[in-house]
Amino acid sequence: MDPVSIRAQWCKGCGICVAFCPKKALRLENEKAVHNPELCILCGMCELYCPDLAVTVDKSQKKPQATREVANES
Amino acid sequence: MSVNNYIRERFFPHLWCPGCGHGTILNALLRTVESLGIDKSNMCMVSGIGCSARISGYVDFHSMHSMHGRALACATGIKMIKPELNVVVPMGDGDAMAIGGNHFIHACRRNIDMVAIIMNNRIYGMTGGQYSPLSGSGILATTAPYRSIDREFDATQLAMGAGATFVARTTAFHVKEIGSLLKKAFEHKGFSVVEVLTQCPTYFGRKNKFGGPVQMLEWYRDNTAPLGSKKLEENSDLIPRGVFRQVDAPEYCAEYAKIVEKAHKE
Repeated sequence: MDPVSIRAQWCKGCGICVAFCPKKALRLENEKAVHNPELCILCGMCELYCPDLAVTVDKSQKKPQATREVANES
Repeated sequence: MSVNNYIRERFFPHLWCPGCGHGTILNALLRTVESLGIDKSNMCMVSGIGCSARISGYVDFHSMHSMHGRALACATGIKMIKPELNVVVPMGDGDAMAIGGNHFIHACRRNIDMVAIIMNNRIYGMTGGQYSPLSGSGILATTAPYRSIDREFDATQLAMGAGATFVARTTAFHVKEIGSLLKKAFEHKGFSVVEVLTQCPTYFGRKNKFGGPVQMLEWYRDNTAPLGSKKLEENSDLIPRGVFRQVDAPEYCAEYAKIVEKAHKE
């Protein structure tokens, strides 16, 4: 199961999660965010950025290696 | 563990525009309350009027949607009657600095223990994009078709001048920082002011050709810097972020309790 679930009914397609995903694992399709689990590193930034509270990231599925947080360092 | 435990799901999707930063602040606030382990029945949110004020309808706390600018006055009453509650007062820039400016400075002066969040999008969104006291000069708004000539308040300086004991600023781009500053504000005993610079893509962004929500957030990323950083030292045009003040001072409810005790003894 995809650890990142997006509630399409709540998503307004603003594109913030798409723009600030450090791995470009999100895209917009028909004005709704869609997630690509293959690129995702489960950093959880999309969940924090989403103004619509539409994204939930299940971090329990996170693999121990390779997590890098790009945003919020500047 | 989910923020959904802290919201009234029946009112979602919320009414804020696509890309409005108010939702991001709500998101960070809920996560902060969750991380601090505060029971939602010990939380009280009081809001005034405006886009930002709709936030009190979405949280599953005790909540009060009060009058324009008067949220802090209502919150002061609630806190005095029930000092054990964690009172949080989210306000828009107009709500806090214009209509509620007087209540704001006096709440700062009293140092009553609550968290005031200024959701500063530099415009009155709900009423159609009029300029606010935080818009600043040279800004286009429906009430300033030839650009505004009013200078803006610095909300953090105002709060410090009025005596607030915790004052901080961040932006809707720095989502983790919103959480960490709100956590500090909740833990601080006294009046805490957290200004969050946020984006109104519908009015402010469109009128002033700032682009969409993503471009507005990028602007906040590129034009702010943490207090004490080299970046800020080198470029004084950047907007400082971080904790401006954190001092201890007698808290209003605690002082009032002492007066009550004294009166009972006599």
